[in-house]
Amino acid sequence: MSQNITSQSETLQPDNSYFSPLSEKISDAVTTIEQAKNWQDKYRQIMLIGKVLAPLAEAYKVETAQVKGCESQAWLYHHQIESQHFFCADSDSRIVKGLIAILLNATHGKTTTEIANFDLDHYFQQLGLSGQLSPSRTNGLTALANAIKQFAAA
Amino acid sequence: MTIAFEHDAIRAQFPTLAQQLEDQPLCYLDTAATSQKPQSVIDAMNHYYQLDNANVHRAAHQLSARATLNYEKVREQVQGFINSARLDEVIFTHGTTESINIVAYGISQQVNANDIILVDSAAHHANIVPWQQLAKKTGAIIKPIPLNDELSIDHAAFDELLKLSPKLVAFSHVTNALGTVNDVEILVQKAKSAGAITLVDGAQAIAHFDIDVQAIDCDFYVFSGHKMYGPTGVGILYGRFDQLDQLAPMLTGGEMIKTVSFAGTEFGDLPNKLEAGTPAISAVIGLGAAISFINALPKEQVRQHEQSLLTYLQQQLIQLGDIRLYGANKHNCGVVAFNVSSEHHQDVGILLDQQGIAVRCGHHCAMPLMQQLAIKGCCRASIGIYNNKQDIDQFITALRNVKELLL
Repeated sequence: MSQNITSQSETLQPDNSYFSPLSEKISDAVTTIEQAKNWQDKYRQIMLIGKVLAPLAEAYKVETAQVKGCESQAWLYHHQIESQHFFCADSDSRIVKGLIAILLNATHGKTTTEIANFDLDHYFQQLGLSGQLSPSRTNGLTALANAIKQFAAA
Repeated sequence: MTIAFEHDAIRAQFPTLAQQLEDQPLCYLDTAATSQKPQSVIDAMNHYYQLDNANVHRAAHQLSARATLNYEKVREQVQGFINSARLDEVIFTHGTTESINIVAYGISQQVNANDIILVDSAAHHANIVPWQQLAKKTGAIIKPIPLNDELSIDHAAFDELLKLSPKLVAFSHVTNALGTVNDVEILVQKAKSAGAITLVDGAQAIAHFDIDVQAIDCDFYVFSGHKMYGPTGVGILYGRFDQLDQLAPMLTGGEMIKTVSFAGTEFGDLPNKLEAGTPAISAVIGLGAAISFINALPKEQVRQHEQSLLTYLQQQLIQLGDIRLYGANKHNCGVVAFNVSSEHHQDVGILLDQQGIAVRCGHHCAMPLMQQLAIKGCCRASIGIYNNKQDIDQFITALRNVKELLL
């Protein structure tokens, strides 16, 4: 299940400040996930990374921006400057928001070609997070990655 | 024949529970979603495929005769298990959802515009959506039955709704999201006095209670094999003969007919009329083994064991603190629904999963109930015959770790 992108044209678009480059804190934190000693450290880290993403104002948490296929609610917006793609996203689950931040670390500001070639499975496997990619209907990560790819290909 | 109550010996019959997850013993608290299966059920299905595999009710050879005999024996087992008056009141389906759909589809010719259908507010979607589809098709009107403070059906509100002379009333025996137990016999009696057809969803009750459909006196009672230690892919539609016989078949085709010609087709008699196509034969055989397994257990001791385990679970959650319980009371059956403070249920579920704990986190396919509770969803721990005190202790320890991370 991925969102209907055409409907987003009628959705209020967040202003450009939402799409500014990601804080370097995120890429630093992503590398520390690989080194986490136990599951507690790993998930504490994931939730901290989520906090780095600016929270979306309530006005933007609308159904047309929702990525379906997730047990929690998740919203995703896309902004394009020439061939570069920028995203902003939020979720009401702290872990999902952290996972989104990790996803954006690999896709935010990237080109159409880079996003088309992005290998979600490989990326999450490297971080020791492949368990979060189950095809179960409750996990929205695959749906979020597909939505990012669709935006970039549109 | 009953066995003495040796709980460890019962638990040892379930091979899935012997495994480790995340370096911990698997702690399976998701029986309300589907129960684990004892070795005897797995063996019965393997035996069928290894030695008896043939289609039923068709061929004139020995293998088919044996398969048919064993398949029909299970129908007799089910009849005894739920105490239905007639053998042909037991219909094999693929599960509770299909059973309800067969009734909702089959009854549509009897339903007129503006007929009222009353539906349990706490029902599972499987006992809501088919009625909505029926209403769309016929112009009937769905009215939810309100809940009381304990989140079971509110009798006073129900009495008021019955004054509208509903055509049909559908409710849960035990709710899947909260484990609240409805007083089915009284509800059915009231509905019948108002002239309504009654359907009871017994999916969450069948593994925990003795079910006597004649004592309940409902027109339809439905349940699944996979929630009563049997396999997936098989369920039961029990219907009172006169009601069942009036249903238009949802599925038509092989083996449900008397005669077929291009001039017209005559349907067969019950139960064949509602069992078109090749059934899930191995699953039916497995269901028979599951019934034998349940029948061999000392019922009273099992009930006490499950009830004391549930009480212990409720008490431990309250003691842990920062836990919100939903609809928890001493009459509940098999299920505790909760959230950790105001944390998202998915975060709790992911962190429990890291510790080898299997619980369900979500809206439990009961969105109207979640709306009523003003929550997006919750976590649900549910127990079965195999669970023990160690499972609860492991779960509470894991939940304490989750609290430390989140709060």
